[in-house]
Parts: sequence; structure tokens; C-alpha cells
Amino acid sequence: MMERKLVIPGDFLGDGRAGHGAFEEDSKAFSNVVGLAEEKNGLHFVIPLSGIYNPKRGDGVIGQIQDVTFSKWIVDINSPYEAVLALADATDEFIDLTKTDMTKYFNYGEIIFAEISTVSKIKNVQLSMRNRKCRKLRGGRFITVTPAKVPRIIGKAGSMVEMVKEMTNTQIVVGQNGMVWVKGDNEDIAIEVVRMIEEKSHLQGLTDQVKAFLEEKMGSTTKEVVTDGTD
Amino acid sequence: MELIKDGIRYDGRKVDELRPMEAKVGVLKNADGSAMFKLGNTVAVAGVYGPRKVYPKHQEEAERAILRTKYNMAPFATSERNRPGTNRRSTEISMVTRNAILPLLFLDDFPKTAIDVHIEILRADASTRCVGINAAVLALADAGVPMRGFVASCSAGIVEGKVVLDIAGKEDTEGELDLPVAYYPEKDEVTLLQMDGITNNAEAKEIIKLAVKGAKDMIEVQKNALREKYKLEGAE
Amino acid sequence: MIHMDPMSIRNSIDEGKRLDGRPMDKYRDISVEVDVVGSAHGSARVKMGDTEVIAGVKVETGTPFGDRPDEGVLMVGAEFVPLASADFESGPPSEGAIEVSRVTDRAIRESKVVDFKKLCITPGEKVRMVYVDVNVMNDDGNLIDACSIAALAALLTTQVPKLDEDGNLTEESEGPLPMNGKPVCTTFAKIGKQIILDPTRTEGMAVDARLTIGTFEKDGKIEFCAMQKGGIHGFAVKELEQMIDMAEEKGKGVREIVDWAVQKKK
Repeated sequence: MMERKLVIPGDFLGDGRAGHGAFEEDSKAFSNVVGLAEEKNGLHFVIPLSGIYNPKRGDGVIGQIQDVTFSKWIVDINSPYEAVLALADATDEFIDLTKTDMTKYFNYGEIIFAEISTVSKIKNVQLSMRNRKCRKLRGGRFITVTPAKVPRIIGKAGSMVEMVKEMTNTQIVVGQNGMVWVKGDNEDIAIEVVRMIEEKSHLQGLTDQVKAFLEEKMGSTTKEVVTDGTD
Repeated sequence: MELIKDGIRYDGRKVDELRPMEAKVGVLKNADGSAMFKLGNTVAVAGVYGPRKVYPKHQEEAERAILRTKYNMAPFATSERNRPGTNRRSTEISMVTRNAILPLLFLDDFPKTAIDVHIEILRADASTRCVGINAAVLALADAGVPMRGFVASCSAGIVEGKVVLDIAGKEDTEGELDLPVAYYPEKDEVTLLQMDGITNNAEAKEIIKLAVKGAKDMIEVQKNALREKYKLEGAE
Repeated sequence: MIHMDPMSIRNSIDEGKRLDGRPMDKYRDISVEVDVVGSAHGSARVKMGDTEVIAGVKVETGTPFGDRPDEGVLMVGAEFVPLASADFESGPPSEGAIEVSRVTDRAIRESKVVDFKKLCITPGEKVRMVYVDVNVMNDDGNLIDACSIAALAALLTTQVPKLDEDGNLTEESEGPLPMNGKPVCTTFAKIGKQIILDPTRTEGMAVDARLTIGTFEKDGKIEFCAMQKGGIHGFAVKELEQMIDMAEEKGKGVREIVDWAVQKKK
């Protein structure tokens, strides 16, 4: 893996083009945020280490239904921009709007996991439910984490979150927008561990630490469950 | 009292020497970005919220973010208590602060939003607007607001007829002139400049150059503070 | 209200043309008229192109500041009354109004041309309070210069009212306000790469940066008493130096106009 270097705004990244987190002047790329610099085929970009969630096409996000209009839902996606989910992007069924109440599908306050399908230049954001991972999230609990820490929580190819899911026996959905949904028997432990990853995201060997932490926690929980069972 | 003797100021500094500086990034939990900047006895804390939705709505701009700055001095920051709340002085400083920082920001990246910068002066011993700007720039970087680089703000002035850098303490009340600047080195731009006091053509130019030099040194302090907060995260 | 497109203003300035045909480094026509408000102790009306302001001075008595017990008090304020522009609103002063007020105030106060010690009646107890209020009647840009010229002209024509035996103000005058200099503000603006003097309101919409420089004359030499940068971009140090040089000469020209108006009255 390529070495990633910490950069701050104004730092020179290299000759070439500037991607996200960077800007270009006289064919030279500079960082415009605090983050980790990367380069691919002469394109310099920076993975930010802080900041609010700025919607990006293809991101899976967790959102809350904020408003229901005649043919679409307005969704809060933990960003300065609300997203729009049009009826046609929510379901393949034919729906007669004159007869159907939109709230039957998604009602005020309900939580969904959806994919961002388009982001316009002036940040009109559209959502889609077409990806098979997209769904309504019922029950469970939510926490908000710093969006910049999401990649660490997910881990390489999902390794971190998969480990937590498996070891705590919970369902976990992580939105790129910093919203995390947890549901299962050990929600408390799962949340604690997500917080721990967020807090210690800078440490090396974090996976091993998380594993040790979970082994200890789950060990004691299992015992409690056994005790409860014999009562 | 003699404030300068044999080129040494009453607080022990040389005429072109800054007071000791300290900067820390990430000092507030709730804010999206925050920082503290200390210059001698002057202490400012800045907190940034946003980019976030704009209220009141009519301030919203379709193609860019708006930057709102608020400079406030704590009632206990000065030797005599100062009355809390906004006044004409703080309104003006909020405005020049905003103008000093604006050239740095990529406001087009977040259309229809507001970036709110709140500056609180906790202790005031001259140059409060400068120290506030220095903290604000760091807080904006900490909040992940895209920016071109750094500006730093520093003042120079005249005390007992001599041009000096970074006026403080008795020099502030007894000195003859105070000239704060904010400087953006990549573009060689002075983004804030104010002057109170009497000087002449040649001296005015000399004071501006000295203040700019001071600002350049401050940028190094800002950059180190920012790297310090995030350095561990870069170790991956 | 539909405004002119800032881009077309920039383009024309870029080609070296101002909308009103003025050279880059020229003021609009400035006219100064003094003693225009009978109820004030001193007053002046200034027109700068279509910008029009009226300044009135009131001299009253009051208690001195704790740290300056033997000095009178001078306060300069500018008010943007709604009749002057569709952009002005009633209510608390806007940022822009506060800036005009404070810069005008600083230029006069910092120059120390008013002899505050002579305005003391009883040290620590009673001093003269000099209030200069400038009303903007019509805004066509560069209010700082217009307000500072009006404030100066009004102060130069101010008659200090006599006090009676009980220390109350009378209708009679005891002479002019003690002054020994004439501070004025000169405002430049940068549009693109061009530096212009005295920007109009329309030009103001395209301004990147602005610099106001206060100057006055002392012992035949030009002194600087205030500076204020405005606008959302910066100036190079070289540009600042260029404007400092220009302000010397431009301020001189403005002072001549004020002098002429004040002399004519006498």
C-alpha cells in the first residue's frame, strides 16, 4: 500500500491534477483540508480527517424521513443538504398516487439506508433504494460519529465492522454520513466498540485491540446470560 | 516610565520580537472545529459550526456558503469589567475579521450553507482581533472547511517614537500608534489593515512591513498546532 | 431591484474605463457648504457626485472619561437614514454604517487636531462634549470620505456656546472650536488589478478590496492618522505603498476644497 502523508491546507501535493480535498494552481496540486494525501495516475487527492458530511454520489447513507410530499420524500442525511427520494427511485411497483398514501411506504421519522444517486453542483441530492442493501431500518439504536472516521469503522473491505457484527451478534449498518445503526442483543457493547474505534482511529493495530476488547466483553456477557438462564 | 531602553522593551523584548505564542487545535467538544491561540497574555478561543443550513433563510446564497464571524470579548477579559454583549467595536471587528479570512475559503464547495465562526476573547492584553483571527483560521481548518492556506494576523506600532512589533501591556495604553494586519503569504496579500495613531509616509510603510513579518512567523505556529492535533492520525 | 452586473463593471475597469468616464485617480466633483443647519453649533453639507451627506455639531456639557479627567469628549457618528438608499433599513445600525462611523471618528480623533484640554471646564467633573452626527442623505458610494469631509467642515465652523454663571449652556458663542489641523479620509478601491479613487456605489459592487487613509497636515508635512482596509480580498504590500503615496496628494486637494468653503463663509 502506498504511503499516506498527513497534509494541511496549502501543502504542496505534487505536479498534476487536483481531485477532492485538493485544489490546482499552475498545474500544481495543493491540499485544501487536513487529511491524508494520495495520488493515482497524476491525480492528487486528500482524504479528510475532519469535517461535516458532504454528500457524494454512490455513498450509502442513513437518513430520516423529514417530510412527505406529493411524489417524494425529503430525507435528513446529517448534512447541510437534505436529500430527495422520488417515488420512482423507491420502488418498482406501480403506484397510483391518487389512491395511495405515500406514508404507507415511508412515514415521518422513519429511518432508511439509501444510496446517493446524484448530487448536482448546487447540492441537490437524490437518493435511490435500488441497491439491494437499501432498506428501512426498524428498531435498534443510532449514533452519530465524525464522518471522516467512517472508513476506519468499516475497515478494509468491511473487515472491522464485520468482526464487530460477528462477535457481538448484532446487525450494524454504517452510513458514509456518520450515522451508525445497531440492532441486536448486545447493542450497548456494539456502540461502545464503535465509539472506541472512532476515538482511537489513529492508532496502529486497532483491529487487534478491538478484538481483545470484544473478547473480554463478550466473555463476561455470555456468563451473565448463563446465570440469568439458571434462575 | 521609560518603555524602551537601549533597544529593549520594558517586558524584555527586542523591538522586533513577538510575545510568546501558544496554539492548540480541538479545544471544544461541541463545535465542528475549534482552536485556542495565545499571544503573551491575550487569549482567544474560536469555535466553528458548519457548513450548516442557513437561518434566517433569506441570507442563503444559491452558489456558495456564507461566512459569518462573531467577535466577543468576555466581560472578565479586561482589567475593568466590560459590559457583555455586542457593541459597535465588536461589530466592526467581526466584520474586518470576516474580510481577513474570506480570501482563504473555498465557499463554492458548500452552496446554500453558513459557516459560523465564533471568537471569544478570554483575556485581553492588546491585539485581541489579531489573536482572534489566528484562532479562527485554525478552527476553520479543524472543522474541515476547504481552504487555500493560512492567514495570520499581527500588529506593529509606535512606542516612544520607535517602530515596534506586537504592542502589549503598557505599550498599548501609552504607545502612539497601533497597526494590525492580516497576511496571506501565498498570494502576498494583506487581508486586514487598520491604523490608529499618527505617522508619516516612510514610517507607515515600515510598520506595515514589520507587522507582515510578524504574521509570517505566526503562521508557522498555526501550522505546527494543526499538525500536532492530527499527527497521530497520520501515523497509520 | 436589479443591479448592474459586477462582471461588466470589472471588464470595463480592466480596459481602463470607469462608468462615469473619470480617470482612475480622480475624485468626483466635491462641493462643500457650511452652516446649513441653524439648530447646530456647526454644520456642513457635502456632495460628492451624487453622494450627499449633512453633518451637524452639537456642543454640550457632561462628565469626562475616568482616564482623561481633564479632557473634553468628541464623538463622531454616521447614520444611514432609510431615505438615502433602498438598501438602508430602519433599526439598529448595519455593519456598514458602524464602519463608516468608526473610521470617520478615528480619523478625526486620532489626529488629535481638536484640543481636548481646552474643552475642560472643571477637571474630573465637567467638560465640553462635542457630538458630530453625520446623516447620509443620498448614497452613491464612498460614504467614508464624504462623511469625514462633512464632519471636518462642520467642526471647523463650530461656535462653542458660552456658559452662564451656573454653568448652563447659553445661546451666545464664546468662539470657534479649538482646532489645529484638518484630517480627511481618502478611499481607494481595487477592482481586478486596477486601483481607483473614490468608488461610486455601482463600482462598489465589483470592489475586491478597499483602503481608506486618513491624512492631515502638520508643520507643512503630511501625517497619517488612520487606515482601514475593507472588502473581501487583500492588497499586495506594494499596492498599499502606492496608495499611501497617492493619499498625500489627494488629501491635500480635499483640504483645499474644505478651506475654500470655510473661508468663503467667513
